[in-house]
Amino acid sequence: METGQELLALDRVSVTFPDRQVLTEVSFTVNRGSFCGLIDANGSGKTTLLRTILGFQAPSAGRLRISGARAVGYVPQKIQFDADMPVRARDLVALGLDGHRLGLPFPSRAKTRLVDEMLTAVDATGFADQRVGNLSGGQQQRVLIAHALIRRPKLLLLDEPLANLDIRAVAEIVALLGRVCKAHGITVLVSAHDMNPLLGVMDQIVYLANGRAASGPTAEVVRTEVLSALYGYHIDVIKVHGRVLVIAAGPDELPLHEDHHIHVAAVP
Amino acid sequence: MLFEPGFFASDPVQTALIIGGGAAVVSGVAGVFTVLRGQSFAGHALADVSSAGGSAAFLFGINPLLGFLGMAVLAAGAMDLVGVRRAQERDLVTGIVLGAGLGLTALFLYLDVTTHSTTGAAISVMFGSMFAIPPSLIAPALAVGAAALLVVGLIYRPLLLCSLDPSLADVRGVNVRAVGLLHLLVLSMAVTLSAMTIGAILSTALLIGPAAAALRLAHQPVAAILLAIAIGLAATWGGILLAYDSYDWTPGHGWPVSFCIVTIIFAVYLCTGLAPRPRARA
Repeated sequence: METGQELLALDRVSVTFPDRQVLTEVSFTVNRGSFCGLIDANGSGKTTLLRTILGFQAPSAGRLRISGARAVGYVPQKIQFDADMPVRARDLVALGLDGHRLGLPFPSRAKTRLVDEMLTAVDATGFADQRVGNLSGGQQQRVLIAHALIRRPKLLLLDEPLANLDIRAVAEIVALLGRVCKAHGITVLVSAHDMNPLLGVMDQIVYLANGRAASGPTAEVVRTEVLSALYGYHIDVIKVHGRVLVIAAGPDELPLHEDHHIHVAAVP
Repeated sequence: MLFEPGFFASDPVQTALIIGGGAAVVSGVAGVFTVLRGQSFAGHALADVSSAGGSAAFLFGINPLLGFLGMAVLAAGAMDLVGVRRAQERDLVTGIVLGAGLGLTALFLYLDVTTHSTTGAAISVMFGSMFAIPPSLIAPALAVGAAALLVVGLIYRPLLLCSLDPSLADVRGVNVRAVGLLHLLVLSMAVTLSAMTIGAILSTALLIGPAAAALRLAHQPVAAILLAIAIGLAATWGGILLAYDSYDWTPGHGWPVSFCIVTIIFAVYLCTGLAPRPRARA
């Protein structure tokens, strides 16, 4: 496997909607087999960024390259499955394989084996035959991850997979994603509003604020100087008990004039 | 006696059994997806609007199947064109289309009554008259039913994925809007068949009732569809039998077929409510 090579590269990608600019000159690269956290504390465009990577949103400027990624696996944000939906966990995983195909699905031994394999990989065998609508949030995430993984993508995108989960489920999903990344060599890009649950598994971070991004190894990005430059006003980064707190002093504080090593466009 | 003499030999009964059966099968299939997609109200609206076509067909003496189907497809197209995403707005548009359709029905039925000096059209269009269906409609009705089943068979997996969550389908390259439009088309064909049999107003019962009952019992999609078909067929054929036999219970007049069918569906739905439902989160 070729490690250390760029799988995903964004070069000054901007996305402008008629009423506002959502992303401004976002540049970062994600290496093959690495675990990347896309941190967006106040919802400034992570879903737009993920949609751009998926190809649903064309950049208004800049270039985006995914090298050789035949299939991108995607776990969307907060899906509400109705308990009346007569779809079992294994049905949803199978739809990950052939849900886009026309014609009736005919069961095959190979398909069943592949679905079972995926259910085992995400520890979902215990509830494989239950309706997805009856599963807990963490269990539904596992099934959705299996749904996205069954086509063996090179890149797995997840939009806020940790939102609305209890602490134990968060730890379990993070461990599962770490395993998917390290054991199967799949590049994982996870969006989250809080970086703390991901600190143990992240190889790199993309920090979004005001539609702009700072990226690199976590320790280099999550610093007072870098985040202050990104936000355009003073930010305190405080480390307590292995957790990181990002505290804003507020936009009324003196704006910064120092030039930092990341390039940040003029504050609008 | 369960099967009164002449039940199977009677031509009107045979026609009712065949077209009613077709309506039950297509409604079962379309109904499951309609309930899953939360479009029961849209289904009812399509049926109501189709009654404008049915009453116009009666007025101008054209094939009622074409009348019902034409108006239902037009209404489905109108709903898709408006293309609203928010559920509340969708209900609003559906309600307005429904109202406009029923307004036209009122006009055509009024003209039917005044020009043909008969009140039969109103009852027939709105509440059905299964024993009065001309046998010449069997072939076109079965063709419409077969076309609907063909479309569902073709888009089964993308439709299921869209019904689960549109974003899951989107990312797999499924054209979510096209799938939604095809589903509305299938829905139009289903309500056309049931409007012709149990009437436009009551067609919702055949569309939603068996599907809702099946969804309470079945745990996988194919099982839910087969169960909905079975419940729909049992209710339709049972209702026809009941109505036929009822001529002997109340001499001089029988009970309306539509009433018998809808009552059986309602009873089945109530019974499924007694079945244990694994609703609790695991």
